[in-house]
Amino acid sequence: MLNYLINGISLGSVYAIIALGYTMVYGIAKMLNFAHGDVIMVGGYVAFCTTSYLGWPVIPAVLLSIFVCMVLGIVIERLAYKPLRAATSLAVLITAIGVSYFLQNVALLIWTSNPKVFPNMVTLPSLVIGDLQISSVALVTIIACIIIMIVLTLFTNKTKMGKAMRAVSEDKDAAQLMGINVNATISLTFAIGSGLAAIAGVLLCSAYPTLMPTTGSMPGIKAFTAAVFGGIGSIPGAMLGGILLGIIEIFGKAYISTQLSDAIVFSVLIIILLVKPTGLLGKKVNEKV
Amino acid sequence: MSMLKVDDINVYYGNIHAIKGISFEVNEGEIVTLIGANGAGKSTTLNTVAGLLKPTTGNVEFEGSSLLGVPAHKIVNKGMALCPEGRRIFLQLSVQENLEMGAYTRSSAEVADLIASVYERFPRLKERYKQVAGTLSGGEQQMLAMGRALMSKPKLMMLDEPSMGLAPILVEKIFQIIEELNKAGTTILLVEQNAQMALSIAHRSYVLETGRIVNSGTGEELLHNDAVRKAYLGG
Repeated sequence: MLNYLINGISLGSVYAIIALGYTMVYGIAKMLNFAHGDVIMVGGYVAFCTTSYLGWPVIPAVLLSIFVCMVLGIVIERLAYKPLRAATSLAVLITAIGVSYFLQNVALLIWTSNPKVFPNMVTLPSLVIGDLQISSVALVTIIACIIIMIVLTLFTNKTKMGKAMRAVSEDKDAAQLMGINVNATISLTFAIGSGLAAIAGVLLCSAYPTLMPTTGSMPGIKAFTAAVFGGIGSIPGAMLGGILLGIIEIFGKAYISTQLSDAIVFSVLIIILLVKPTGLLGKKVNEKV
Repeated sequence: MSMLKVDDINVYYGNIHAIKGISFEVNEGEIVTLIGANGAGKSTTLNTVAGLLKPTTGNVEFEGSSLLGVPAHKIVNKGMALCPEGRRIFLQLSVQENLEMGAYTRSSAEVADLIASVYERFPRLKERYKQVAGTLSGGEQQMLAMGRALMSKPKLMMLDEPSMGLAPILVEKIFQIIEELNKAGTTILLVEQNAQMALSIAHRSYVLETGRIVNSGTGEELLHNDAVRKAYLGG
């Protein structure tokens, strides 16, 4: 029981890290970046290639993977989304889905459809407390998630750049009048979100070691669900939504049915949205005009 | 020498020709107002000067250098701030964070002093510094918008309809503050629908009608101009 809970929190932590990318990008660009899940996959492949083919140690491999994904995030925004900033949200959504397929197919060309066996990047001994055995991957994932949450909260609330980010997310024109470079702020948001996706990619593949060009899509959709579940646009919401989703999924698998676990996860989303359409921590903004 | 020189600008919103060849000047130390009915192009003019809109033709010069092609976020650094229509404060940020954003281009060493001087002018904001800006009353939000614009230490402050939606007593207070700011050395370019108030504090004024300047003169002259009285001052 406790083991399931830990596994759930660990899986949920991965969803939460991915959901943060969705939610931050949504907050600032008001768009759902459906290619976000595929950035995870790219992060996984970069870490895989550098460690397995080039024999790099884990830490530089992870750092390179984060860097590559950050650049990828900025490039995707500049080339695909920025020209559509004045377009309807449907056009942007379709473009995002297009980018997602593009990334998957490029990965298919480079790495083929054969699954790669991802090496476990967390080679520490498991933590054993009595009967309870916590794998080091689970532990590192949970700790990473907590650290990321704290750092991001401090960043958005305490730093000048983080406050500028919140200002841009609320009113781009007014932010420009303050002297804030809106394009640079949006790029920064994509970079942070994609860097987090790389971390999530490494953690996810360490726990579930098959890497394919479609590896990112299901966790991407689940994390999107988590972001909506928690209240899209809200950083603590993404965290809470991710972790709850992970727990529900693992418990669903353990006690109800392995096959139905995804259906259970999405049903919970539907129920929550029926009861509270803004998500668990989503705020309804009362604006005074 | 004129501080701001707008030279024959034309501005389009898609196919709509919103500004049809407007020229005007603002000299250092003046209060200049643009008055006119809804849709005359007053806000469009200010947004163009602030760089949010780009003129198709014509030129905007500030202190002798052209602002054409300068992105909006770089204009504030030249010494010009716009307090936009509808206030546009950041409703989800606290009062103090809004002010910090106003000083985005200033060095962090200056920010504390600037905030202190805004609080001195608007003590109400100091009482509420931690509050989320969306919970302020309309008058307080206007004060915050003005305080935020002052945080960049502008030489020229542009105000777009600062009296909109406020009770008469607050309108008077806002106009009093504008005059005080001007006396303290800030040049003012003011857009108002409340022509009576605007003309009474203005050194000079321009009347806009459907994208053109149709009249200009000192505030006093326009207050007594028959056409202006009929159109904007209720006879």
